[in-house]
Amino acid sequence: MKERIMQKSSILPVTSVALLLVSVYLILGYVPTESTMGWVQRVFYFHVPIAWLSYLAFFIVFVCSIFYLSTRERKWDIIARSAAEVGVVFTALVLVTGSIWAKSSWGTWWEWNERLTSELVLWLVYIAYLMVRSFATEEDRGARSAAVIGIAGFFSVPISALSIRLWDTVHPQVDIFKGGLAPEMLFTLLFCIVAFTVLFVQFLLMRISMRNVEVEIAKLRYSFRR
Amino acid sequence: MSKSIGQILAIMRKDLISESRTRDVAVSVLVFALLVIVVFSFAFEPGAEVTKMFTNPQLEQIKLLVAPGVLWVSIVFAGVLSFNRSFAQEKEKGCLDALKLCPIDKEVIYMGKMLGSLVFLLIVEIIIFPLFSVLFNVSLLDPAIVLIAVLATIGFVCVGILFSALSVYTKAREILLPILFFPIVTPLIIAAVRGTGSILQGGSFGSISNWLGIMVAFDVIFIIVSLFIFEYAIEE
Repeated sequence: MKERIMQKSSILPVTSVALLLVSVYLILGYVPTESTMGWVQRVFYFHVPIAWLSYLAFFIVFVCSIFYLSTRERKWDIIARSAAEVGVVFTALVLVTGSIWAKSSWGTWWEWNERLTSELVLWLVYIAYLMVRSFATEEDRGARSAAVIGIAGFFSVPISALSIRLWDTVHPQVDIFKGGLAPEMLFTLLFCIVAFTVLFVQFLLMRISMRNVEVEIAKLRYSFRR
Repeated sequence: MSKSIGQILAIMRKDLISESRTRDVAVSVLVFALLVIVVFSFAFEPGAEVTKMFTNPQLEQIKLLVAPGVLWVSIVFAGVLSFNRSFAQEKEKGCLDALKLCPIDKEVIYMGKMLGSLVFLLIVEIIIFPLFSVLFNVSLLDPAIVLIAVLATIGFVCVGILFSALSVYTKAREILLPILFFPIVTPLIIAAVRGTGSILQGGSFGSISNWLGIMVAFDVIFIIVSLFIFEYAIEE
């Protein structure tokens, strides 16, 4: 058990740091500056991978919640909770990087447009998910309640996005890239997606192993008390 | 099938009878909704210096822009208050345990509680709407607005009852319920406010068909999802 954790913790972190360093180089040194939006557009290479991972995190929460409710195995709950925590952090980063980009291209930090608003709603749903955990009086009940929210929340997000899109029809639709992506841009984007996905997996595994240790400690404490 | 319909109606009748005997939730919910409307009018009613800047038709127009938001915020807030009570009341004297011991499906409990809450909230709306019409000088007596109100209320109640059952066992449930409830019902709030707004602006039935579609989709999805996951929400 101990060796396995050690192994996991040496390969992945090194890989993810290396990949991130390369992607920082690609973003700052390699990729050409976008002609209309200028230098700030480079935040795009952070923004898009993080946004994709925020959706992936909540998909993991949804699937693991279903597995937890049907099997009642602790591991699904641990994965779901860890994914929700990492997902909340990534969603917050999406909102921040999105605001930076919005300020430069639309002139305001925040637009109540479809993408930003549905990301915000997603963030709020999963903050509620984590709050249920901390408010629950027993561990099992917290896990069950959270799984219920994980499932309900997953269904609410697409319908929120749809309603916000209808609401938003007055705003101009922003074309991100009229002529498509240049090959260097596409390469950088794909590279960043890989790099951030590795980072995400690393965070997720770290959180899961921490949670396993916590469970272990709780068990030990319980057996000592007896 | 007909047996479970009878069971659902029995739970619903029980809730409505106990409410009609005490009336404590109804009174507090109504007063609360009225207070929200009053507070919002303080916040949004244009003062004397603003009134000078606009012509009368323009001021009417501004009022029509604000009114739907005020109406629906007051109803959603009042709704959260009543959902909080819906399961808290059951828990206080151990009724919830008795209800769970009944030889009936958990889905029946959900539907019964939901319908009881739905009837309750619709009655509250029947009282609030005319009051609001008087205070904001708008006419809400339109079949389209009635349809919006019914569809939105069904959605609110579906989600509200599910989360009420879920938060009843947690600490600080009065705080937790709104935090769970508001993000999930975002599409309903948007659809109800926009739909009511375009009807008040003189729009036709066809102009709100998108919003009605979203509300119907939301209601159907969340009734089905809730029926599946409700038993986990109230499980001991």
